[in-house]
Amino acid sequence: MRESFNLALKSIWGNKMRSFLTMLGIIIGVAAVITLVSLVNGYMGYMTESFTSMGTNQINVNLMNMSTRFVTEEDMYDFYDEHQDIFIQMTPSVQVSGSVKAGSEQLSSTSVTGVSEEYADMKGYKMETGRFISYPDISTRQKVAVIGYFDACQYFGSPENAIGQKLKINGYAFFVIGVVQRQDEDELEEGGSDDFVLIPYSVACKMSRSSIPSNYTFATKDTSVSEEAADILETYLEEVYRNDDLYTVTAMSELLDSLNEMIAMMSLLLGGIAGISLLVAGVGVMNIMLVSVTERTREIGIRKALGARRSVIMQQFVIEAALTSVLGGLLGIALGSAISIVIGPMLLQTETPPTAGAVIISFGVSVAIGLIFGYMPASRAAKLNPIDALRSE
Amino acid sequence: MSKGSEIITNEISNTMDRSGDQTMDRTMDQTMYQTIDRKTAHLIEMTGICKFYEMGDETVRANDNINLIVEKGEFLSIVGKSGSGKSTLMNIIGALDVPTSGTYLLDGEDVGRMNDNQLADFRNRKIGFVFQQYNLLPKLTVQENVELPLLYAKVSRKERSERAMEALVRVGLESKASNMPNQLSGGQQQRVSIARALAGSPSILLADEPTGALDSRTSIQILEFFKQLNEEGNTVIMITHDSSIALQARRVARITDGTIDFDGKAEDYARII
Repeated sequence: MRESFNLALKSIWGNKMRSFLTMLGIIIGVAAVITLVSLVNGYMGYMTESFTSMGTNQINVNLMNMSTRFVTEEDMYDFYDEHQDIFIQMTPSVQVSGSVKAGSEQLSSTSVTGVSEEYADMKGYKMETGRFISYPDISTRQKVAVIGYFDACQYFGSPENAIGQKLKINGYAFFVIGVVQRQDEDELEEGGSDDFVLIPYSVACKMSRSSIPSNYTFATKDTSVSEEAADILETYLEEVYRNDDLYTVTAMSELLDSLNEMIAMMSLLLGGIAGISLLVAGVGVMNIMLVSVTERTREIGIRKALGARRSVIMQQFVIEAALTSVLGGLLGIALGSAISIVIGPMLLQTETPPTAGAVIISFGVSVAIGLIFGYMPASRAAKLNPIDALRSE
Repeated sequence: MSKGSEIITNEISNTMDRSGDQTMDRTMDQTMYQTIDRKTAHLIEMTGICKFYEMGDETVRANDNINLIVEKGEFLSIVGKSGSGKSTLMNIIGALDVPTSGTYLLDGEDVGRMNDNQLADFRNRKIGFVFQQYNLLPKLTVQENVELPLLYAKVSRKERSERAMEALVRVGLESKASNMPNQLSGGQQQRVSIARALAGSPSILLADEPTGALDSRTSIQILEFFKQLNEEGNTVIMITHDSSIALQARRVARITDGTIDFDGKAEDYARII
């Protein structure tokens, strides 16, 4: 067996150019599979991460409150109290549209959202300075605001300076009572994750068109009870609204699941397409092996005359084919990995290291290709009649 | 063959010669060989060997009822024109092919009954091939070429190397062990081929037109070498179409249209051609 290996290596090395050209198909096929799968996985992973940062244990509820069918925040809080075993946090969420001014400067990109005192916990916000909105603020409708790190620095110089400063929201004066710790380590920019203004939802409701919040976010105990929680919410809302067009319950975990499914499908699809190129490469290997067998007919005849059994001849050629494929596979893996590591960040702004699964499968496939596509030519070689073989040129 | 039986056989041959009937010669010779030497096992015993092919509607009788006995230590040449069936016979002797009918015993083993793998093993152990076109593998060194039969015999690396070198010494080419075949002259390559044939200590050396690709001077050298090997005790069977080459052996068997029509001493053959 070892001799066959040595023989195969010698043969491959002896015909460097031809061996390389044969391998090329496999190299390209494997590199393609690895690059595509890694790129897709890397990007999707990045998207999942952003998703996850929004909280996979959260459930979003959107309501269309009608005059006859509606849910007030009190109703919601009652519901929340009744299901403390499942829900750990809840906040209404009221968007305020309008102008925000700090002194004479217009905060054009900043969103203003009315939230409850539990919002900070839900988002995992820690305070840089000052404090977050509290229940008394909400119940007494205080015009207080908590701002993001970017806004503090941009409009007030520093978080410390921002405390006590005035913000004019739609003409109303709000006092800054807290600045949230910096969220984005790399960039502080407009519209980024440090650019926001939070006010008590009770105040926001007063300022907006409808006086009852139409959006709530619940946090469940953990992701595993998300489905159950969503069901409970749906049941409750169904009772009130009687028409499921009037409300939407979205569990983040469900979204994440469907996203993961989609990633898996995409990977499979792309991998499959690239896999077709591997098939073609295999045919290339088989082709060259057939040529090789024909060229070496005389040699095979001599070996057989000297006592080589069919199995030995078979082994020689199958190993040669397999070795060619495996070498091609290894080179392809190296190439594909190099490309994923270099191109990914350039193209998609995120790290895309080679996916382990793709590497293993590609390697396995290249071995299989060598064995399968090497079998037929090897079989031909083994079955040669030594008398005829010796006669041929 | 014992000395005594040899003398008797020769006497009978001579008697038969005088009678002038060649066909009788052959049959009587064979019978004499067989009856006198039944006790000693022959190296090669071929009885009623036939090899027939179907070519369309016709049956080609490449070998038709061939009987041949070869003793250890003989130097036999099998001579015939092209198409005479000598190559077919050689293939059967060399266990590259099996006869359609008849028995072929070498060293007491029945070759006709063997399957593919058994034939391969048999060739490996018993037959030392020397081909016309040297047939050395161009990508292997001289030593590796000589080692090849030992490789297939699953001999250990060390022993392979030793035995191959011994064989190379025997043919006087040990200094060329690491060279590639294409660096050697025709005569040297043929000698490497002979070394390869000897390396496995086979029962017979089977040479197919061994001088076919060589010039006349080198041919003579190679034939002298075969004679030397024969004197050392090797059994040599040489296949050729050239009668002058055939005469270099001690016994000649002529094959015509699939049958042996002469089988006797080289001197006797010289007289009839």
